[in-house]
Amino acid sequence: MSEQKVIMGNHALSYGAVTSRVQVIAAYPITPQTQVVELLSEMCADGTLDAEFIKVESEHSAMAASIGASAAGARAFTATSAQGLALMHEMLHWAVGARLPIVMGNINRSMAPPWTIWSEQTDSLSQRDTGWLQIYASSNQEVYDSVLIAYKVAENEKVSLPVMIILDAFFLSHTSENVTLIDQKDADRYLKPYNPKYRLDIKDPHTFGGLTGPDWYMELRYKIQKAMEDSIDVIKDAQKEFKEMFGREYGLVEPYRCEDADTILVTMATAASTSKQVIDELRDKGEKVGLLRIRFFRPFPYDEVRKYLKNSKKVIVLDRNLSPGAGGIVFQEVKSALYNEPVKPKIYGYIAGLGGRDITVNTIGKLFDDAKNSEPADIKWMEVKI
Amino acid sequence: MKYSIPQKELMNPGHLACQGCGGALSLRLVLKTLGENTILTFPACCWSVIDGPFPYSSVKVPLFHTAFETAAITAAGIKAGAKKVEKEYVNAVAWAGDGGTYDIGIQALSGAAERNDDIFYFVYDNEAYMNTGVQRSSATPKGAWTTTTPTTFPKAEFKKDLDAIVAAHYVPYQATASPSYPEDLTKKLEKAVKIRGFKFFHILAPCPPGWKTNPEDTIKLGKLAVESGIFPLYEIENGEKYTINMPSPKKDLKPVNEYLTKQGRFRHLKEDDVKTIQEYVNKRWEKLKRLAGV
Ligand SMILES: Cc1ncc(C[n+]2csc(CCOP(=O)(O)OP(=O)(O)O)c2C)c(N)n1
Ligand code: SF4
Ligand SMILES: [Mg+2]
Repeated sequence: MSEQKVIMGNHALSYGAVTSRVQVIAAYPITPQTQVVELLSEMCADGTLDAEFIKVESEHSAMAASIGASAAGARAFTATSAQGLALMHEMLHWAVGARLPIVMGNINRSMAPPWTIWSEQTDSLSQRDTGWLQIYASSNQEVYDSVLIAYKVAENEKVSLPVMIILDAFFLSHTSENVTLIDQKDADRYLKPYNPKYRLDIKDPHTFGGLTGPDWYMELRYKIQKAMEDSIDVIKDAQKEFKEMFGREYGLVEPYRCEDADTILVTMATAASTSKQVIDELRDKGEKVGLLRIRFFRPFPYDEVRKYLKNSKKVIVLDRNLSPGAGGIVFQEVKSALYNEPVKPKIYGYIAGLGGRDITVNTIGKLFDDAKNSEPADIKWMEVKI
Repeated sequence: MKYSIPQKELMNPGHLACQGCGGALSLRLVLKTLGENTILTFPACCWSVIDGPFPYSSVKVPLFHTAFETAAITAAGIKAGAKKVEKEYVNAVAWAGDGGTYDIGIQALSGAAERNDDIFYFVYDNEAYMNTGVQRSSATPKGAWTTTTPTTFPKAEFKKDLDAIVAAHYVPYQATASPSYPEDLTKKLEKAVKIRGFKFFHILAPCPPGWKTNPEDTIKLGKLAVESGIFPLYEIENGEKYTINMPSPKKDLKPVNEYLTKQGRFRHLKEDDVKTIQEYVNKRWEKLKRLAGV
């Protein structure tokens, strides 16, 4: 029987790991991620979860331990945030190059200095080129479900890549919501035990990651890109099967009232939930507006983004992140996705909500007002006090 | 009766080590005793190259190449994974250079030692960063030339006492060893394989290009290092019980001179420098004897 629980986003990640029967967990505490690992260590201690828990001395080691465990053939899980994710950077590349299906939660937090703990997506978007699949969640149910989906996709032979599930700090990580937990028997039918084709096998010894020159390295990178491209169909299949078994539907993107929209707002994570209210209000006033929430940022859902945006007149991208010297990161990617379309919308890039500042209904209303009455620009700042 | 080392070979010929490489010989000897139920991990070090380019490998056990500073924790991760996946007991083995151990990898090493992770950690200590072309590490001895400690300004500091640092973690077993004494190494390995928890081996591994020595002198140098007390062979159990294996605590040490003059990296040393080194070696030998209660 499935079970209803009112839990915070962080615990949705922990329960997702439990339902996925993870075998090795290696993690290091950082606000606002701590509850994820606290609950998991309790569950390992009381026997609810039969996993090895390595209480590492750093996030760099958390990722290295996950890599070792995954290479040995075990299902590995970890979670971190901001400074911890940045410290892992070298090993994030390692997990990808070694083609290991690790799943990690990252709680989006702004990068220091100054010290801060509040939400911003620059930490995970800075890792976009490492080759991890990235899911930006907007509800606790989505967080929980995404853990199972993530393992199913990551462990598919066509993919064999790690997946990061990303939660806005506090807005999601610490907000309690009703979550339906999947019955273990049903979960086991959806997600089979991890049984990789290649692992560190004492009966069939092989070397992994040995010195590779220009004669082969490029082919290995090609295969990673190919796996990312192939992952699109694998994700669709995994989410279709998920819907058939558990009734909840997920896409690479989530369109909201986009059908006949002239102006479409593009954003990720919890800002999208707030945006829906604004869309409804504007629709009530007769404005043809819609929302496209990007759920998978990697692989970038080019087809879906083009499909939903190409017939609109204006696209507003709301970025809770910043690539200094360029602008919003989602904005850059959306813009480049549309570049080769014969008819393209005008694209507006807005930066808002950095350092965890609230993105309110009011903020989003102002975006639509501004875009209505101005020419597009690559970067427009919302509610900056200077 | 002569103690014999296992016949078994888990290392192939055709590897890429230089002639007379102490590090290559050491792993060959270690694998003989650890056997097939072993999974290796190498961080960046000479062995990243010695093993051979993709798709070749010189070892007949599974091997995972890992990042420079992660040998200990990668082995711990492999151990945790293997525990869940393998039916048989697996020796998870970190095999790292001195740079990957004394310097950049010391955090992960300390973490694994403190948690008493059930792994083997081997440092093959050639006393510098050889892979990148002989730069100093904190394992480089005082007075030695490296490319970052030129003869006009050789290494000013004494070698870091890593064994004492590991002992401060009270790990179940640690030992120093040398490829010049395969029987001693084998005996220690046979003891260690029965121990659950963190096992640490410090192996002095002569390196002809880095030490500017003749390849045929590798074994001899390993012996001189032991006989002169520069690198005594000993064991520590639970961080407290010290046992000196060699040289005999009852006999006088050989002077350090012969060990030093055989190596180009010490050629610039003056008489006074050698005296300083001799005094330091004597002092440390006395300390070790005190710790061992002899
Ligand atoms: C993070 C990082 N920094 C630097 C390097 C470059 N690097 C590779 S091997 C090495 C030196 C290794 O020295 P040691 O551990 O003593 O092993 P040896 O080469 O002497 O066998 C260095 C500096 C690296 N691979 N990774
Ligand atoms: S440089 Fe030294 S350690 Fe490296 S392979 Fe050659 S002899 Fe061995
Ligand atoms: Mg070295």
